[in-house]
Amino acid sequence: MNCKGVIREISNYIDGDLDPVVKQELERHLEHCEDCTMIVDQTRKSIKVLCDSRPVSLSAEVRARLHAALRRKIDHNAS
Amino acid sequence: MFGVIFARETGFGVMVGRALYPVSAPKPHALPSTVVRDDEPLLVDSARSGNTSAFEELVARYEDKIFRLTSNITGNREDAEDAMQDAFLKAYAHLKDFHGESRFYTWLVRIAANEALMRLRKRRPNHFSLDQPIEGDSDLMPRELEEWSPNPEQLYAKSEIDNIVSAFVSQLEDDYRIVLVLRDVEELSTQETANALGISLSAVKSRLLRARLKLREKLSRHFRQGALN
Repeated sequence: MNCKGVIREISNYIDGDLDPVVKQELERHLEHCEDCTMIVDQTRKSIKVLCDSRPVSLSAEVRARLHAALRRKIDHNAS
Repeated sequence: MFGVIFARETGFGVMVGRALYPVSAPKPHALPSTVVRDDEPLLVDSARSGNTSAFEELVARYEDKIFRLTSNITGNREDAEDAMQDAFLKAYAHLKDFHGESRFYTWLVRIAANEALMRLRKRRPNHFSLDQPIEGDSDLMPRELEEWSPNPEQLYAKSEIDNIVSAFVSQLEDDYRIVLVLRDVEELSTQETANALGISLSAVKSRLLRARLKLREKLSRHFRQGALN
């Protein structure tokens, strides 16, 4: 496998979603290619940074509107 | 607070406290889930049997995350708020149809993603396609090839990193953004993402690959050694 092949499969590799033979080929390439090893590592870290990003809190007004709408729905269903 | 009401009314205070108990996302996702807590099935069962406070606790637990999802998909505050509200109302109305085939959060994400996509399509008719094949792979080869600082996250305050990531996500092409958000922010599996969007696995994978590579490029500009000098 060459560098282009690694880049094409990088996402599947990180997800553990590669055929064992392809995975072995990819890892054999990584053993001697510093650039690809770095890209795999940085891509994995990038996903983690994205995954760890915090949601913005809802404003009190939107939160109150949501809860009021839900309460109306619950009361309507109960009546 | 909904959480307080639920704890008082049901006596589940200890179990549904604010402590986080992350559980793993289903395979093939390789990253640990930061979204779902392990008392969720208990709350869902309680809500399904008519305990409205249990449903309200679920809303309180996920409202910020669902709002992030609808914001990330629509890119429009008003649409995001409407989509979030309608998603929770629909989830409540259809709670009896949820039989636990997936996690409740995944089910909720699917409903919210649909609500958000409907609004995005209304605003941008014929503007994006989620399942059209992506031609060629000349766009794949990385341009940024520099080592990152050993602890890049420590170069910035958490809020700064959140802003960098948020700006990146909002500028990404619609189809890449939607797939990336469902897969790597909401932690749906590749198959769940494909199901939620009604597209093929290969369509998800090709968009996810490009979105992840673009994310790395973007972060490289901030995280490479000496980036702050």
